[in-house]
Amino acid sequence: MEPVLAVLVGLLVAAAVYLMLARSFLLYLFGLILVSNAANLVIFAAGGLTPGAPPLIETGALAPAGPVANALPQALVLTAIVIGFGLFAFALVLAFRAMTELGTIESDEMRIAEPPEAGR
Amino acid sequence: MSWLLAAPIILPLITAVLAYLARTRPLAGRIGVAGSVLHLAVAGVLMGVALDRGVVVAQIGSWPAPFGITLVADILSAVMVVITAITGLATAVYALADVGPRENRLGFHALLQVLLAGVSGAFVTGDLFNLYVWFEVMLIASFALLVLGGQKAQIDGAVKYVALNLVSTVLFLTGVGLLYGMTGTLNMADLAVTLRAAENPGLVTLVAMLFMVAFGMKAALFPLFFWLPASYHTPAFAVSAVFAGLLTKVGVYALIRTFTLIFTEDQPFTHTFLLWVACLTMAVGVIGAAAQADFRKILSFHIISQIGYMVLGLALMTPLALTGAVFYLVHHIIVKANLFLVSGVAQKIAGDTALDRIGGLYRTAPLLALLFLVPAFSLAGFPPLSGFWAKYVLVKASLDLGAWLVAGVALAVGLLTIYSMTKIWGEAFWKPHPEGRDPRLSALSPAARRALLGPIAALAVLTCVIGFFPQPFVALAERASAQLLDPSAYVAAVLGPEAGARFHRAPEAAAAATGAEAATGAEAAP
Repeated sequence: MEPVLAVLVGLLVAAAVYLMLARSFLLYLFGLILVSNAANLVIFAAGGLTPGAPPLIETGALAPAGPVANALPQALVLTAIVIGFGLFAFALVLAFRAMTELGTIESDEMRIAEPPEAGR
Repeated sequence: MSWLLAAPIILPLITAVLAYLARTRPLAGRIGVAGSVLHLAVAGVLMGVALDRGVVVAQIGSWPAPFGITLVADILSAVMVVITAITGLATAVYALADVGPRENRLGFHALLQVLLAGVSGAFVTGDLFNLYVWFEVMLIASFALLVLGGQKAQIDGAVKYVALNLVSTVLFLTGVGLLYGMTGTLNMADLAVTLRAAENPGLVTLVAMLFMVAFGMKAALFPLFFWLPASYHTPAFAVSAVFAGLLTKVGVYALIRTFTLIFTEDQPFTHTFLLWVACLTMAVGVIGAAAQADFRKILSFHIISQIGYMVLGLALMTPLALTGAVFYLVHHIIVKANLFLVSGVAQKIAGDTALDRIGGLYRTAPLLALLFLVPAFSLAGFPPLSGFWAKYVLVKASLDLGAWLVAGVALAVGLLTIYSMTKIWGEAFWKPHPEGRDPRLSALSPAARRALLGPIAALAVLTCVIGFFPQPFVALAERASAQLLDPSAYVAAVLGPEAGARFHRAPEAAAAATGAEAATGAEAAP
C-alpha cells in the first residue's frame, strides 16, 4: 500500500503546485486544500499502515494479542483536518470579500496595500 | 504545578470569553486590560518558579511523558511568556484609544486575548503537535485581527498573509508526520533522546530542513518574508504593534527550540545554512527598509532585518551567541512594538503614515519625539540603550569565532538602520508639516492621551532600564542559553532523572560552554 500512497501524495502535491501558481486566489486555495490533504496522507502513512488489525483489546486482556494499528496518527490527522477546514473556511470568505471589495482575486492585480510606484 | 503552566494559556482564553460577552460596551476594553494584568502576574510567578527550579514541567492529565501532552517552561520559555504578557498589556491599554467602536463590537479585545493565549501556548508546550495547534490558534486570531474593519488595503494584505502562512502550516505538519513516522514520538524531550540514535541521519536532516522552512516562513527569514511587508502596515496600530512584537518571534522561538533541542546532530550543515540565511535576512531587510517612504512600512522591513540578528545567534550556536539571541529577542519585542505604537500616535495627530504627508512633530509634539527617539536609537544600537548590548553580544560572539564577514554584516546593517531611523526622524519630526498643520498631542482627548502615551512611555522606560542596567538581563539570557546548549536538565525534567543522566553532551562542548560563560561574565559587565 505504501508505494500507492506515496505516488498519490506526489500527484496531489503536483496538482496543488500547478493550482497555486495559477495567479487566482481561488485556485490557490484549491491547491492549498490538495496540499494539506497530501500532508494528512503523509502523517497517516508515516504512522504505519496496518490493514486488518484494529487497535482493539480482547475482553479481560490487558494488552492486544498481536501488533495492531496505531491510533495516534489518525487522531493527529483528524485534528489537522478540523483545523485545516476552519482555516479554509476563513480563506474562502476572505476570497469572497476580496472579490466584492477589490473587484478582483487575480494576484497580479491586487496592489492596493502595496501600490506600484509612479512611473512604472 | 500544572495550573501554573496552564494559567498563561487559560487566563487569556477566559478573558476572551468575558470580553466577547461585553463587546458592545466600553467594559470590554477594561476586561481586556484587567485580564492582561492577571496574565502578566501569572507570567511573573512562572518566571520566578522557573528561575528557582530551572525547568518547570506539567504533565497534562497526569499522563506520563512521552504519552501525554507536556507543558514545559525553561528559562527561555518563561522569559518569552513574560514578554508576551508585557506586550499584550501595552497593546490592550493602547487599544482603548486606538480601536474604534465598530472593531470593538466585532470583538477586538476577545481576538487579542485569543492571540495572546496562542502565543503563550506555543512558548510553554513541550510537544511538537501541540505546538502546531497553538500556531493555528495564533494564526486564526491574527487573520481575524488583520481584517477587522474590512478596509480594502486590509483585505489585500490579508490575502497575502493568509496564503503564505497556510503554506508554512502545511510544511510544518508534513514535518511533524515524517518525524513521528521515524521516531514514534512527538514529545520534544523524547525526540531529542531518540534522534541521538537515529538510524538514518540523512533523513533527519531532511526533516530538519522542512522545519527550518516552515518556521523560517513564520519568522520572516530571507527569502520567505514577503507576507510581512505586504500586510503589517494595514491593520489598526495596536494590531500591527502586537504582530510586530510577537508573531515573528514565535517563529524564531520555534527555530531556537527545535535547533537546540531536537535537530542538533548535523550542525555543520543546518547551522551553516542558518548562518547564511541570517546574514541575507539582515541585509535584505535593512535595504528594503531604506527604499520605503511610509512610517509603518519602514518599521516592517526592519522587523525582517532584526530577525536576522536573532537567527545569527542561533546559527553560531556558542553560549555567547545564544545569550545574544535571547537578549535580542527580549529587547526587540519591546522596542519594535513600541515603534509601531509611536507611529499610531503620529498618524493620529499628523494625519498620515506616509512620510511625505506628515511633519512638524518635533516642534509641536516634542514629547512624542522623545518617545520615538528612545526605541529608534535602541533599534539602531546606540549605547547605552538595550539594542547596543544586544548587538554588542552578538558581534562579540561572531568575532570570537573569527567570523569576520558575519560581524561586518551585523555592523553594516546597524549603520543602515540608523539611516532609516534618521529618515523617519527627518521627515516626520523635523521638517515642517507639508500642509502647514501643527500636530499637537493636545488635539487628543485627555483619556486618549493617557491610553496612547502610557504604554509607549512604559515600554520606553523598560528599554532604558535594560540599557542602563543590562547585567541582570544578560545574566538571565546566559542562564537561558546554558540550558539551551545543554538540554539534559530539560530532558530530565520531562522524562525523569534517568533519561536526563543518559542524555549526555559531548564533554568538550560542555567545557567550551563553561569557559565562554566565564568570558561573557567578565566582558558584558557595563
